[in-house]
Amino acid sequence: MIELLAEPWQYGFFQRAMLEVAIVGVLCGLIGCFVVLRGLAFIGDALAHAVFPGVVLSYLAGRSILIGAFIFGGIAALAIGVLSRSKRVSEDSAIGVIFAAFFALGVVLISRQTTIRRDLGSLLFGSVVGVSNEDVIATLIIGGIVILVLFLLLKEFTLVAFDATLATALGYPVFWLDLVLLMLVSATIVVSLQTVGNILILALIVTPPATARLLTDRLDRMLALSTAIALGSGVVGLYLSYYARSAAGGTIVLTATACFLLALVFAPDHGLLASRLRSRHHVHHYHPASEPADPAHKHDA
Amino acid sequence: MTGVVAANGGHLLVRDVEVGYGSGFNLPAMTFEVAPGEVVGIIGPNGSGKSTLLKGIARVLPLSGGEVLLGGEDIGRVAGRIAYVPQREDVNWDFPATALDVVLMGRYRSTGWFRRPDRASRALAHEALERLGLGGMGDRHISQFSGGQQQRIFLARALVQEPLVLLLDEPFTGIDATNRTLLHELIAELGRTGVIILMATHDLDEVTSICSSVCCLNHRLVAFGPTATTYTPETIRATFGGQIAVFS
Repeated sequence: MIELLAEPWQYGFFQRAMLEVAIVGVLCGLIGCFVVLRGLAFIGDALAHAVFPGVVLSYLAGRSILIGAFIFGGIAALAIGVLSRSKRVSEDSAIGVIFAAFFALGVVLISRQTTIRRDLGSLLFGSVVGVSNEDVIATLIIGGIVILVLFLLLKEFTLVAFDATLATALGYPVFWLDLVLLMLVSATIVVSLQTVGNILILALIVTPPATARLLTDRLDRMLALSTAIALGSGVVGLYLSYYARSAAGGTIVLTATACFLLALVFAPDHGLLASRLRSRHHVHHYHPASEPADPAHKHDA
Repeated sequence: MTGVVAANGGHLLVRDVEVGYGSGFNLPAMTFEVAPGEVVGIIGPNGSGKSTLLKGIARVLPLSGGEVLLGGEDIGRVAGRIAYVPQREDVNWDFPATALDVVLMGRYRSTGWFRRPDRASRALAHEALERLGLGGMGDRHISQFSGGQQQRIFLARALVQEPLVLLLDEPFTGIDATNRTLLHELIAELGRTGVIILMATHDLDEVTSICSSVCCLNHRLVAFGPTATTYTPETIRATFGGQIAVFS
């Protein structure tokens, strides 16, 4: 067993991939909680698609994809934030228009290149085994900043997610807090692109917190569990993909999905099994035969 | 006890205030003044603008005209001490938070940016829960409370803000007789310490029993003044039109 776990570590690419996956796991697990609680899943997906042209442009320029993705992620977050404020277009429509347009731009840019086609898959689905030392360091720095800001504003983000009305009444700048959160989500998506790619990133952001929510009613525990699940899925998924020779991103996401399904069935309070047992207990408890005869009840009917 | 310190922020002046959602429903300009310690009952038919007025004063809705002043200054300057208790349906009760977590949110503004509520705030939150008959239940998840209890969690949250102005939107909805008495006493006590209370209500008995002033709305300000002189059959009729038959 130890050998099985240790074997891939002899390769530099695996060490880098593992480090990258670990950082991304922690990041997605934490920020994902607020994406889920503030109801930003759709926006998150939109951002993930919107950074695509940035990825393509950086790739064509031979630069790190982080740079282009960052620029386009920032533009998209800003555009969504501002457009969703306008009353002319509904928020959903605004997001849909922007992310489809950005993604289309990426597709058009790619279609004009003949040399790039071979790597289209790695751009869309990530290639964590291809990350460089510089990529890992960039991920570490950006991830550190995101986590720092998240914890500094934890109280405010929680308040806005639970009760934006109270936050407004207390005089908090709700619009700006939302915009900062969107920027953090955007940054998380950008640094996670190499791990799971544009299409699958949302799964890594939404699945771990959704799983954690099934397991606890407390925000602090939800943050901890979500992080652990995302990190665990990343590590386990990467090992699985190494031995199964499968795509790392997809394998990681499926590992997280497996955790979610397990929690959905077996979670102590919110799981299907628990509620089934509870309802059976309930039926038994209120079984007519076990109720003492109460003449008053007849009059109620 | 919690919050029982003199809470004198001066007079609340609502001057030429217009509130609205932009398109559709708007409240035309109205002016009135409330002295510290007054309990104002806001009455009127459904959709007459009771909630809208409260939201305007709470700055949850932007004013389309006029200003709200407390002690001669813009009310926004003391936003942390203007407590607004919305109708309970307005938040997501599945949110992963305990009753204590929610009450503590009332302390966030006084806690300041980047910091966590301190021990004193937690003690205050526990006291507020106790005062509202929810002592020892702070650790429970918010979805485990009944509608009336959730309303009281909101009230506890308003209390820990140590409010100068307390804005209550239908606070008695889903509250049973025992807790109704408890709330009446609480409101009276807060009034005695100088808190200004504005309360939208459907229940006209509430007005006569606890309100010192009454604000009658029907898409505009119909009447405003001391309950004793303003709360007359004529005003009620003018406020509710033909919709109500009281005072035979």
